[in-house]
Amino acid sequence: MIDTVAFPPALILFAGAFLLPFLGGIARQAVALAAPLLTLWAVWLVPDGNVMTLGFMEYTLTPVEGDRLSRLFATIFTIMAFTGTLFSLGQGSKLELPSAFVYAGGAVGVAFAGDMITMFVFWEIMAVASTAVIWSAGTDGAYKASMRYITMHLFGGVVLMAGIVGLVAQTGSIEFGPMKTDNVATWLILIGFLVNAGAPPFSSWLPDAYPEASWSGTVFLSAFTTKTAVYVLLRGFPGTEILIPIGSYMIFYGIIYALLENDMRRILSYSIINQVGFMVVGIGIGTELTLNGAAAHAFTHIIYKALLLMSAGSVLLMTGGVRRCTDLGGLFKCMPYTALMGIIGALAISSFPFTSGFISKSMIAQGAANQHMFWVWMGLAAASAGVFLHAGIKYPWYVFFQKDSGKRPSEPPLSMKISMGIFAFLCIGLGVYPDPLYAILPYPVDYVPYTTGHVVTMLQLLLFSGLAFFVMLPYMKRTLTITLDFDWFYRKLFRLAAREVVDRTSTAHTGAFEDADKRLSQLIARIFKTHGPHGLLARTWPTGSMVLWAAALLALSLVFYYQ
Amino acid sequence: MSNLIPHLPALQVVIPLFAAPLCLLAGRTGLAWIIALAASSAATATAMALAYLTYHNGVISYQMGGWAPPWGIEYVVDTANAFILLLVSSIATMVLIYSPASVAKEIRPGRGHLYYCMYILCLTGLLGIAITGDAFNVFVFLEISSLSSYALIAMGGQRKALTAAFQYLVMGTIGATFFLIGVGLLYMMTGTLNMADLQTRIPGIQDSRPVLAAFAFITVGLALKAALFPMHLWLPNAYAYAPSGVSAFMAATATKVSLYVLLRFTFTIFGAKYAFGNLPLHWVLLVPAVLAMFAGSFSAIFQRDIKRMLAYSSVAQIGYITLAISLASSAGVTAALIHIFNHGLMKAALFCAMGCIFYRISSTRIDAMAGLGRQMPWTMTAIVAGGLSLLGVPLTAGFISKWYLVQAALQSNLWWLVILIALSSMLALVYVWRLVEALYFKEPSPNNAAVTEAPLSMLLPTLLLAGANIYFGIDTRVPVAMAEHAAELLMRGQIW
Repeated sequence: MIDTVAFPPALILFAGAFLLPFLGGIARQAVALAAPLLTLWAVWLVPDGNVMTLGFMEYTLTPVEGDRLSRLFATIFTIMAFTGTLFSLGQGSKLELPSAFVYAGGAVGVAFAGDMITMFVFWEIMAVASTAVIWSAGTDGAYKASMRYITMHLFGGVVLMAGIVGLVAQTGSIEFGPMKTDNVATWLILIGFLVNAGAPPFSSWLPDAYPEASWSGTVFLSAFTTKTAVYVLLRGFPGTEILIPIGSYMIFYGIIYALLENDMRRILSYSIINQVGFMVVGIGIGTELTLNGAAAHAFTHIIYKALLLMSAGSVLLMTGGVRRCTDLGGLFKCMPYTALMGIIGALAISSFPFTSGFISKSMIAQGAANQHMFWVWMGLAAASAGVFLHAGIKYPWYVFFQKDSGKRPSEPPLSMKISMGIFAFLCIGLGVYPDPLYAILPYPVDYVPYTTGHVVTMLQLLLFSGLAFFVMLPYMKRTLTITLDFDWFYRKLFRLAAREVVDRTSTAHTGAFEDADKRLSQLIARIFKTHGPHGLLARTWPTGSMVLWAAALLALSLVFYYQ
Repeated sequence: MSNLIPHLPALQVVIPLFAAPLCLLAGRTGLAWIIALAASSAATATAMALAYLTYHNGVISYQMGGWAPPWGIEYVVDTANAFILLLVSSIATMVLIYSPASVAKEIRPGRGHLYYCMYILCLTGLLGIAITGDAFNVFVFLEISSLSSYALIAMGGQRKALTAAFQYLVMGTIGATFFLIGVGLLYMMTGTLNMADLQTRIPGIQDSRPVLAAFAFITVGLALKAALFPMHLWLPNAYAYAPSGVSAFMAATATKVSLYVLLRFTFTIFGAKYAFGNLPLHWVLLVPAVLAMFAGSFSAIFQRDIKRMLAYSSVAQIGYITLAISLASSAGVTAALIHIFNHGLMKAALFCAMGCIFYRISSTRIDAMAGLGRQMPWTMTAIVAGGLSLLGVPLTAGFISKWYLVQAALQSNLWWLVILIALSSMLALVYVWRLVEALYFKEPSPNNAAVTEAPLSMLLPTLLLAGANIYFGIDTRVPVAMAEHAAELLMRGQIW
């Protein structure tokens, strides 16, 4: 029997991704389900410390370096890959599952990366593969969203790379360990990480892109990108105080925008930012308890958020693509199982006692209290109520209850039901019996979640916010509105830019741009004027004027040199 | 075999040189191809042997015909030019393997052997420029490679190819003339054409006006040959209208060789201290380089013809290389050499893939190739691999380039330069994406309904070149070791 693994477990998922396109029928399903399980097996055979080295450029890479933290994240990533695969077996797109495997493999790779270069390589693999996951929805909206998504992530990647190169140049070491934000390089690395975490002002890529993926694609997307960001922050920047305000901002940003939102999966996407905010705060506080809490919360969050998005995905699939809360309602009659799953997920995200959210989030809150950070603790408590409002009640209420929308979709296929069942079981199981999770956290746990005080406080909080929801129901009614977010600046900007490019370069120059921001199009027109096929800088010049350039440059250099 | 080894430097140039008339005499396209391929393969093998020998045993000097310098012509091989020889000859061979089908389609019947004759002559010229240790001999080979490339470009099917070739001829000749004037001035002042002798004699007279003028003429002439902004205007048309194989070969090698000569003159002959210390060469190179990065990328974004788009992207990439040179540090020269190599791989793969598409649809316009991705999946794979490499995504050669470039900029404490590099590399995303979008997401045009994958003889070398972009993104030992060693030699300004 093999008792240690000396290769990156991610390779199993990559191999699976490579095989899938060549298979069909049962063989495809078998490989699809076996690859994540094999990876999980490999994850637990990675011993502590550095297992293998690899020469790359002039550095020695340590692509597999195990410790408790890596194993925790790799475990949840592979569990997610397995359940997500089970959920998406009926997905028609041939591209989505292989991309999702590469995506998940990238996440597992980051979790085990012992050095910055390996981490960055897997990081970029994730960016490209997750873009492909969005693509595979095959709609026009998905295509455009994927374009914005990849731009944002490659931007983050470039920033991160500049930071890494800078750090390596300063220290001469590529080791990936705790860093201090005392120079430009580490700041750039932190910014690169935060872009993926969905921190301000880069939050909006997430709710922009995730809801555009297919009914199964969003489930994969919800798990990996932001949680690898949490992982690298845990490893690289524990106790960095700037993370507390950043995380708090994310918490409230997520709540407010989710409350204003109408698209059910966008509500859940905003709530990802909100939940990651809790983790970021935990990392910022930086005690053993809160770091444990952030790690545990990432673990449980992946499960209940995937469960919520699976129930939303089932609704989306079975209703034939209805996304808006205003068009949904009353589905609990015809989809009772899905509704139950959605409610369990909703309770878990609201950290209802005896669900997984309770045992993880309360660690962060307790950690803040222990550090006598009153305002942080207050904020977290208020935010818990807010989470219950937007995700705990709002999502199930508008989708499954509320009015009768007249829709009568049937329950989703068995494989989807099973995958939801697995995660629902984990949500409640970990809530009732958290010891297995506590046992694999990075630091020893002597925290007891179920004290009377905790439970009563939490129940009161939830009760009152629940009451508030129904009292204010008339104000909560979603209408067909569009909420403006920070991304308006770069989205609007980018869309105009893209449209200009397309229009100028396709032979059919169609239509005027009514909504075009004049100044911007003028700017692009100017760039086009100078750089377009007939522009100053790109047209075919008469030979004479080319020669003039050469002569001018010669004269200029002579002047320079003669000085 | 072993008695051939001392003569390897001569064979490097002589084999392809003699193959050229043989191609002409062969008279038949197929036979000429075999001769050209044999010669080019032999040149590749020679380059490999030379690279191995010089890397391990130090500089190799060879006196042509036994005539000692300064009267005779000396060939000198060190790691720097061995690296270039390796790149040029291996790309030439790959593209030759690729050529027969595209020549049959694009070159007028009965002229195929002339094509191979010119091609192998161009290779001779490029190899000669790189290997020679004699300043005047550089000019001779520069003309050999340029004249044959004018003819090759003119063989392109469209009539615009003739104008493009003519413009390139005028500009290339001016560049070469500038270079020759510079060499002439140096000869006047020092009485020698041998590079090693020039290196020892220049310091005594370095502030004299003729030497300054020589320096200006040589740098501007070479920058023109290397298509450094704003003297790049000849390049897009030349690459766009040339036959597919020629575009691939020239885009990957021709400008690179000029950049090598620039490195050789500034670092070895004039010396880094003189060029960058006494004279402000870093500004003269840095400003056009940064402008090239942006102007080239913006122009690429708006092109309708993909070969032109790639040509403009080359202008931007030459900007990166020049930028790295202008840092005048060991790290900078390393980055420049690595990018010379990696950019050769990217552009060879991408231009070959464009050739595959041209073979099927007789056009490289972006509207014409809408939706072709599904009909030509392997060509598409090559384009995606080359495109990712151009973007500098990890595990591709482009990433290695970017890494060393950013590192070099940081070692010179130029954070603002890192920001500019990052910004301009985002522009590459736009034009690569446009291509991917057209091939995958646009509605296929009905004209292309019957299009199938390109023939295997074209596809295989294209995929090999694309694969090289991945391979050298993972196993970086050879290029990095050679580039670092070469940079060390160049920085030391070692006397041959």
